[in-house]
Amino acid sequence: MKQESFEESLGKLEEIVRHLEKGDLSLDGSLKAFEEGIKWSRACEQKLTEAKGKIEMLVKAEGGALKEAPFKVEE
Amino acid sequence: MEQQTLNFDAVIKPASKAETEKTPRIFTVGEIIGAVRGLLEGNFANLWVVGEVSNLRTSPSGHTYFSLKDSKALLKSALFKGFASKLKFQIKDGMELVCHGNLSLYEKGGDFNLIVDHCEPKGVGALQLAFEQLKDKLAKEGLFAAERKKPLPFLPRKIGIVTSPTGAAIRDILNILGRRFPDIDVLLYPVRVQGDGAAAEIAQAINWMNAQTGIDVMIVGRGGGSLEDLWAFNEEIVARAIFASKIPVISAVGHEIDFTISDFVADKRAPTPSAAAEIAVPKKEDLKKLTADRFQRLMRGVLVCLEMKLKTFSQTKSHLKPPTARFPDLTMQIDGLRTRLQNGLKNLVDRSDSKLRRLAAELSHLSPLAVLAKGYSVVYKGDKVVNSSKSLNKNDEIKIRMSEGKIAAKVI
Repeated sequence: MKQESFEESLGKLEEIVRHLEKGDLSLDGSLKAFEEGIKWSRACEQKLTEAKGKIEMLVKAEGGALKEAPFKVEE
Repeated sequence: MEQQTLNFDAVIKPASKAETEKTPRIFTVGEIIGAVRGLLEGNFANLWVVGEVSNLRTSPSGHTYFSLKDSKALLKSALFKGFASKLKFQIKDGMELVCHGNLSLYEKGGDFNLIVDHCEPKGVGALQLAFEQLKDKLAKEGLFAAERKKPLPFLPRKIGIVTSPTGAAIRDILNILGRRFPDIDVLLYPVRVQGDGAAAEIAQAINWMNAQTGIDVMIVGRGGGSLEDLWAFNEEIVARAIFASKIPVISAVGHEIDFTISDFVADKRAPTPSAAAEIAVPKKEDLKKLTADRFQRLMRGVLVCLEMKLKTFSQTKSHLKPPTARFPDLTMQIDGLRTRLQNGLKNLVDRSDSKLRRLAAELSHLSPLAVLAKGYSVVYKGDKVVNSSKSLNKNDEIKIRMSEGKIAAKVI
């Protein structure tokens, strides 16, 4: 299943908000749109918190293969 | 010139000294060419020659041959493969070239050549020319075309960085990333960013990143330095790797004023490594605000929508009147009919009632009981009414019914 990126989620939220603000939806439609909007709004928030923030550098392991190791800038 | 004569003597002396006085010395071609070659090589080494390039050609084996000429003369020149490969720029016909090398004589051809081991374009630096030439070439091939540039992701999940692990660039980039969006994953592919082999390492790193999954954008670069220091980012192999990259590349080489070929090929040029980090990620705070704002608008939007529906509903409702209000005449007519119907029914019932009473009275006159009440009696024999005395005999038992009561009797 495709995982939407932050900008895709935000884009969908924007679209729904614009649609709602236009006010030409049916009652049912506007409630559905709202529900959908809440979903994308949650997705956005999730994207902002899910990143782990690893900083790694590739090092040559035995046999020449590259593997990731934590990296810290030398001061 | 004097020195040349002296050397010529030295070259031919051992073979000729004894015989010069008697008969002229006859040389073989090989001897004289060999002698001349020795003279040339001994006296015309470590030369700098300037001239215009003509008759440029490259042999299949990779050697380059050309002539250097000016308005007065022409000098055949050769640039062998090993030296040619070290040149950053391309030699072209018509170019003013300053060549370094020595003279030599190709014995089988009988002509002499300038054997070039290094050359530079006259006026501009070799690197500058190389830069211009590669830029022209790649531009013609479409490597800088705007329509080939890939858009950068709005918010990358993982950033690949190709630079030196000890340079200023990585420090600046991580610093800015940490400030703007601390939680983004970073993968550094450490490379040398200057010197022989640096370009190949950088190209390899870019290719490696492209073989991975999950890297959304790449920063390729280094901190400031001289044109020579930055040269790796002007190499064709790096330009091709950037062009081939499926991951969008931000080029971040040197300072604002430094332009490299990598900058032209990259999907985005950052003036400095710090700027590359700023281009690569938005500020987390901004995104939080943006998300919160959209959420507010969503809430407001749905409320406004509901309020509008409600308003429409109450307006519509106020227009909705009971059907009786819409047809007053009909209602009155219906009411009139209903009253008449009720009255009619009542009359009918009343009339029927009095008629029934009359009939009942008439009917009661005709009742046998009414006759008995007048004093008549009915005589039964068994169950049969006796209508004639002839049907009775002496001693028959009979019953007599009167208006009130019955008796049993015997005929005498």
